[in-house]
Amino acid sequence: MSALLTVEDLRVRFPTRTGVVEAVRGVSFTLGRERLGIVGESGSGKSQTGRAIMGLTPSHAEVTAKTLSFGGIDLISAPPKVRRDLRGKRIAMILQDPKYSLNPVMSIGRQIVETLRRHENVSRSEARGRALDMLAAVQIRDPARVFDLYPHEVSGGMGQRAMIAMMLVAGPELLIADEPTSALDVTVQLEVLSILDKLVADRGMGLIFVSHDLRLVSSFCDRVLVMYAGKIVEEIAASDLASAKHPYTQGLLNCMPVIGADRHPLPVLDRKPEWAL
Amino acid sequence: MTTAVSVKNLTVSYDDFKALDDVGVDVTAGESFGLVGESGSGKSTLLRAVAGLAPVTEGTIRVENWQLRGARRDKAFYRSVQMVFQDPYGSLHPRQTVDRQLLEPLAIHGVGDGERRILKALDEVGLGSGFRFRYPHQLSGGQRQRIAIARALILEPSILLLDEPTSALDASVQAEVLNLLEQVRRDRKLTFIMVSHDLGVVTHMCDRLAVMQNGRVVERLSSADLVAGRIGEDYTRNLMVASKGFRRG
Repeated sequence: MSALLTVEDLRVRFPTRTGVVEAVRGVSFTLGRERLGIVGESGSGKSQTGRAIMGLTPSHAEVTAKTLSFGGIDLISAPPKVRRDLRGKRIAMILQDPKYSLNPVMSIGRQIVETLRRHENVSRSEARGRALDMLAAVQIRDPARVFDLYPHEVSGGMGQRAMIAMMLVAGPELLIADEPTSALDVTVQLEVLSILDKLVADRGMGLIFVSHDLRLVSSFCDRVLVMYAGKIVEEIAASDLASAKHPYTQGLLNCMPVIGADRHPLPVLDRKPEWAL
Repeated sequence: MTTAVSVKNLTVSYDDFKALDDVGVDVTAGESFGLVGESGSGKSTLLRAVAGLAPVTEGTIRVENWQLRGARRDKAFYRSVQMVFQDPYGSLHPRQTVDRQLLEPLAIHGVGDGERRILKALDEVGLGSGFRFRYPHQLSGGQRQRIAIARALILEPSILLLDEPTSALDASVQAEVLNLLEQVRRDRKLTFIMVSHDLGVVTHMCDRLAVMQNGRVVERLSSADLVAGRIGEDYTRNLMVASKGFRRG
């Protein structure tokens, strides 16, 4: 399996008044056409890793890596024009909350058409047709009606499906999903996940699934990277999660209240300073 | 067994929209009672109605010896009933130190001995006196939620209303806050009414729970029944399936 994405020694630094904050400190992994999960707590650098690959790191931050290549293109040295052409076309990203990440003053259909026409030379009517097909593919019952709605007129689950449609309409090879279901209700979460799962499998995309929920990630992905303080502390196949070795991974697994398990008090993470070394 | 909170035929309307429709629950003193349901089911509205933060159009709420109508509450009510909100980033004043925020309820209720009470409250939620003069932006999410809990506890209430107290927190921090809440409930013999969308959290924390959908209570059951699968309603069963996580196929 040839690697779609190669990341070697990725670092993201934020200069601040009180010194440099290193959000990501030497992350390395390769990704083929598979589902990779990245798990960690807030501040572990999981989202910044995804953003650095996408090229969405704020301009005052510093991104370095020995290798950061996607399909043979070196992303570190690529000019902004090349990054723009990749973004949305070959690498796409689903963000956490559809309430904040969709354009509030543009109808859903127009936002999907915009993505398509930015990257492909298609006629207005063909773009509309493809956007409608895509809305149908994310199991929106009445695509023609939803096409003309504005983001505030749809529910969270519907908004997130519209975002998935928007991200997949140009047929990307790599999809980065940053907490795609954390803002949704438990009952809607499963629907959105199964739609995402089916589309990723059908189209043979690579997927990076970023989340704080270790159980969710392990049920969705083939392989999981566990991050702590900007570093990968453990890499594990999702099926072997029960035999995780690192105490941090075990702690994350154990601290969730589980229906039927009577554990009072809940085990808490005892963070060791040497984990962050 | 005395009833701490008794809600009967409660209706809350926002114009034509009924957020709560003929809802009744009874919570025994010293009990931990859970409210679950998806967004828009009215679980938070019920909690806010008890606290006097929602427009009640019909029905009665009795809390201990108060027979409540509308949204008027006297001062003594808030010495017995306090609330902890979902978002610790939004519920603390960004420009006041922890000390000021903890002093506020004491000042409102004319309680003396502030110095000792503030130190005791901080100690109780597991934060040392070193946190006393910090601002909210100098604290993590979990520490902020501890401050919000300290602020609710400082008046020594008997009933605590908890509106998704851990859903904005990381799983590992959630465990710490849940343990803290259980600890203070045991120590002070508090009554909890806890809203959550997470069945795992509710069954862990509560003895009994009510499942809500579209502004109505669809089922009342004990946590033990839920765990054992003795469920009467399809909606509750769907919530149970959803909380088990993603399954392929």
